[in-house]
Amino acid sequence: MTQEMGGPTATTPPARPKVVVRVGDRVFSGSARGAGIFILAMLAAVSGFLLLEGFPAIVADPEDISLLSGQSFWLWVGPLVFGTFWASALGLLVAFPLAIGIALFISHYAPRRIATTLGYLVDLLAAVPSVVYGLWGAVILAPAMQPLYVWLEDNLGFIPFFAGPASGTGRTILTAALVLAVMVLPIITAVSREVFLQTPVLYEEAALALGATRWEMIRTVVLPVGRGGIISAAMLGLGRALGETLAVAMVLSATGVISLNLISSVNPSTIAANVALSFPEAYGLNVNVLIASGLILFAITLVVNSVARWIVNRRSEFSGAN
Amino acid sequence: MGQNSNAFARGKLGSSVPSLMLVGGLALSWTLFAVSAPNDSDYEINLLVVAVVGIIFFTLGLFGLAVRVEGRRRAVDRLATILVTLAFFIALTPLISLIITVVSKGAVRFDVDFFTLSMRNVVGEGGGAAHAIIGTLIMTLAASIISVPIGLLTSIYIVEYGTGKRLTKWITFFVDVMTGIPSIVAGLFAYALFEILLGPGTRVGISGSAALAVLMIPIVVRSSEEMLRLVPNELREAAYALGVPKWLTILKVVLPTSIAGITTGIMLAIARVMGETAPLLVAAGFSNDFNFNIFEDRMQSLPNFVYYSYIAQGSIPEAYLNRAWAGALTLILIVMVLNLGARLIARTFAPKLGR
Repeated sequence: MTQEMGGPTATTPPARPKVVVRVGDRVFSGSARGAGIFILAMLAAVSGFLLLEGFPAIVADPEDISLLSGQSFWLWVGPLVFGTFWASALGLLVAFPLAIGIALFISHYAPRRIATTLGYLVDLLAAVPSVVYGLWGAVILAPAMQPLYVWLEDNLGFIPFFAGPASGTGRTILTAALVLAVMVLPIITAVSREVFLQTPVLYEEAALALGATRWEMIRTVVLPVGRGGIISAAMLGLGRALGETLAVAMVLSATGVISLNLISSVNPSTIAANVALSFPEAYGLNVNVLIASGLILFAITLVVNSVARWIVNRRSEFSGAN
Repeated sequence: MGQNSNAFARGKLGSSVPSLMLVGGLALSWTLFAVSAPNDSDYEINLLVVAVVGIIFFTLGLFGLAVRVEGRRRAVDRLATILVTLAFFIALTPLISLIITVVSKGAVRFDVDFFTLSMRNVVGEGGGAAHAIIGTLIMTLAASIISVPIGLLTSIYIVEYGTGKRLTKWITFFVDVMTGIPSIVAGLFAYALFEILLGPGTRVGISGSAALAVLMIPIVVRSSEEMLRLVPNELREAAYALGVPKWLTILKVVLPTSIAGITTGIMLAIARVMGETAPLLVAAGFSNDFNFNIFEDRMQSLPNFVYYSYIAQGSIPEAYLNRAWAGALTLILIVMVLNLGARLIARTFAPKLGR
């Protein structure tokens, strides 16, 4: 059987079966894609609406806005930005070492059988609503810390942090930072725990085989390998602390000035707490001022969270989802 | 049989030494405080301070002893173990204190009145949080109706239709970023949106639901995405091989397989969002009265009720504080039940991945 090969009249390839495009497929995939685009639109809308409503406050004459009491908008918002970072930094300072210690305890020190239960216990801390933390901080923690503040003023008053008259109620920025630390602890612990559990077992066993004690193994293998993950965990915690409203609003007695004094009753407020406290009675341009300060907070947390996620995504071991 | 007869136990502290050291440290601290107490009959020894000082004595003592007996490296190892264990117990302390406080103080007003009355015309004693509880349920329900379909469809897009596309990368990145939106910013956004739609000063229930939806959607998307990825590809391919269209495969094969995990994710998102005060404060406002219409007028929510009961204590502060604690107890109970229920569902109904 001969066939003519090559040449202009080559055999035609068999007809391909037509791809059937069903209506159901079109509708479903279209709506799925639409939902995805909606999310992007939502983020754009949040920024857009905040900008739209906050802009009048930035360009208006400060004399017209009663909330600013004569200062320009940036002068008014400056102490709030300082207070936001100051409270979050203090909280992170307390929470970070504790969280690393707890994560190490759960992953390397605790008996295997109860390790998951211990993890659940720490995750329970994350489930408590923030208003309950605020109530606990204001009613229980602040009065309990007050004698400590008096002691600090008496014995360590020469340090600028502990100078100045100790607050009578204990509702200072240090107490608020401690409540923030308790709220941020579960996040840092959970991410760090995942990081530590993913250390290559081979490296750990190699260190132990060379005669290292458990702490030396952790110091030379677990911590260096997990360094990027720990940093991103800390930044996630920072992002959460920056946006925390209720705990600070209920615990802090704020006067809105920049102050490094940790134990007095003169405390800087945070952006979020200020909005929560001032919004219910705000009217007119005051509302726009508060929305503008919310926009600044949004920008800050956006940057912090983006950097944290970028660090996480760079490490191929975990992509952000557990 | 002494320690020295075992060659491997030479140069090591006995196993009972740490416990003895702990008891000794605490005893020493207590004696110190008792002896140096002033002769004032009102003076109470602060047990917490005694315990803290005792633990410091214990740490220093054990470290010093270990350095002499075991050598520096092993002593540092013991110190690390003590610090790490301490860290864990320090973290448990606020949790235990919180639970004990909320349960004991919340039980005072945990009665039928609290769950059936509102705060209408109530000054001082009496009243309840029924209007707040109903408001929370209504607003959370509306937020779920908005966010669950959108979140689920987005995760379906990411997993089923969008692998490798650039749009997916953007969506995933921004969903991750949106999980970190401060809740008060979401509330301000909802307020700004409805201010443009309905005029300034608008505080309405649906605005609160919009704010909650902004917070819920990223959580739903991320957890559903994980659950959908867990469905084995063989199931999908078997359906395709039988000629089932893609959309029917997703509806009838993929979703039912992962429905347990998705339900868990949604319940956890609801639990998280039920405790949000800041966005509702800004968007839905404050009310003392029942309100069953989400499209009209302000609506109270349970976390807001707790917040206002504390911030604006009226003529009898005791009564307001008691209501606040009772509200806090109710809130914690609801959130805990949702959390535990979600994990139970995940454990019982999860597809058994063959191992």
